[in-house]
Amino acid sequence: MEVPIRVEVNGEERRLAVEPRTLLVGLLREQLGLTGTHVGCETSQCGACTVLLDGEAVKSCTVLAVQSDGRAVTTIEGIAAKGTLHPIQRAFWDEHGLQCGFCTPGMILSTAALLAEEPDPDEATIRHGLDGNLCRCTGYHNIVRAVQAASTRLAAGEAAQPIGAD
Amino acid sequence: MNPAPFTYHKAANLDEAIGLLGTHGADAKVLAGGHSLLPIMKLRLVEPDHLIDLSAVEELRGIAVADGVLRIGALTTHHQLERDLLVRDHALVLAEAAGQVGDRQVRNRGTVGGALAHADAAADYPAAILALDATVVARGPAGERRIAAAEFFVDLLTTALEPDELLTAVEVPVLPGRAGGSYQKLANQASGYALVGVAVVVVLDVAGRCAEARVGVTGAVASGRRAGATEALLRGAALDETAIASAAARVGDGLDLLDDLHASAEYRRRVLVGLTRRALTSATERANA
Repeated sequence: MEVPIRVEVNGEERRLAVEPRTLLVGLLREQLGLTGTHVGCETSQCGACTVLLDGEAVKSCTVLAVQSDGRAVTTIEGIAAKGTLHPIQRAFWDEHGLQCGFCTPGMILSTAALLAEEPDPDEATIRHGLDGNLCRCTGYHNIVRAVQAASTRLAAGEAAQPIGAD
Repeated sequence: MNPAPFTYHKAANLDEAIGLLGTHGADAKVLAGGHSLLPIMKLRLVEPDHLIDLSAVEELRGIAVADGVLRIGALTTHHQLERDLLVRDHALVLAEAAGQVGDRQVRNRGTVGGALAHADAAADYPAAILALDATVVARGPAGERRIAAAEFFVDLLTTALEPDELLTAVEVPVLPGRAGGSYQKLANQASGYALVGVAVVVVLDVAGRCAEARVGVTGAVASGRRAGATEALLRGAALDETAIASAAARVGDGLDLLDDLHASAEYRRRVLVGLTRRALTSATERANA
């Protein structure tokens, strides 16, 4: 039996009906078409499905959609307006913090949560904070540099900018 | 993969949650943070007909100190526990264990009550709860009951909780002035779970000797256990390097150490000895600080 939920997704309030066993990642990808949130391991390890739930990074493969009732979800689609890049996205681009890009949406959202709590993290704090996000391409060095660059951009008050602005 | 279908109940308060548990009993599972339960539901290792969501039960939240007891609500997340100043002041070893659970996303969702009730052999909390001589508070249709940590962990994935009981809080006695604790862990690199974990609490007397020492072991055993031999050797001793090393060397005595594909019993024993020495050294330094 479907259960009614009310959830704010990327700033927009949605009233939805979900099967209780539907995972949050399933709601986002299949019911709402927000396929930027990736399904990787499906076992709470890889972090590709990371989204923000009331501002906290969570693995959406290990949250039921009904658990988002009354709360706010932010996915990669909601981090900056369409056609623009958030400073964290720009930093990942500039520092080559991605290769295949599969882990990137989760990395970006974990970075957003980390920088909201620790605006100027050292390298150890970044590595500890991103412990729940696996990347099989980069070896993490450029990801750490991207987070440091993002921290600098956010500290300077940079806003989202159109893709290819510089 | 999604879990198998179930009927979803969102309990509005503690009485309703216990009522639902009483009605559906063995056909129901309780959902807190879901980071132990949902993974095994997705693997269809568990297929409850009813899921009772506790997220709206405010009575299960909060951390407070009163009458010499630190009370931690069951729904406290690992991250909240790691950062809470009352916990860091009165039960640092528990905050240290909380900070080593899983990864950041897991710590944002998983709860102390859920982890304790699930009782994974390689969970971090059992060691800390045992070393702190904490009490688990449970509530069922017959009312409230307090279970000493040493009685709580029965066997692999098995606790002293009855099927109709809910774990509502953990109570930790506030340590006296000259006391210190430490949690040390060797994690499985893939899962983050403790291959071996050990928590110690030492209490010093006025002369600076060990008045009491408690050592809790996890990961190396099927369910959390105290290391009695080491504790007995430490009692009354001056906690210098020699005394710590010889007491730590006996930490495996009387424990049935796990021997599986992750590590042999002998490997676990050797790691346990090293981590116990490290934990005792750190706890003693903190007690003297």
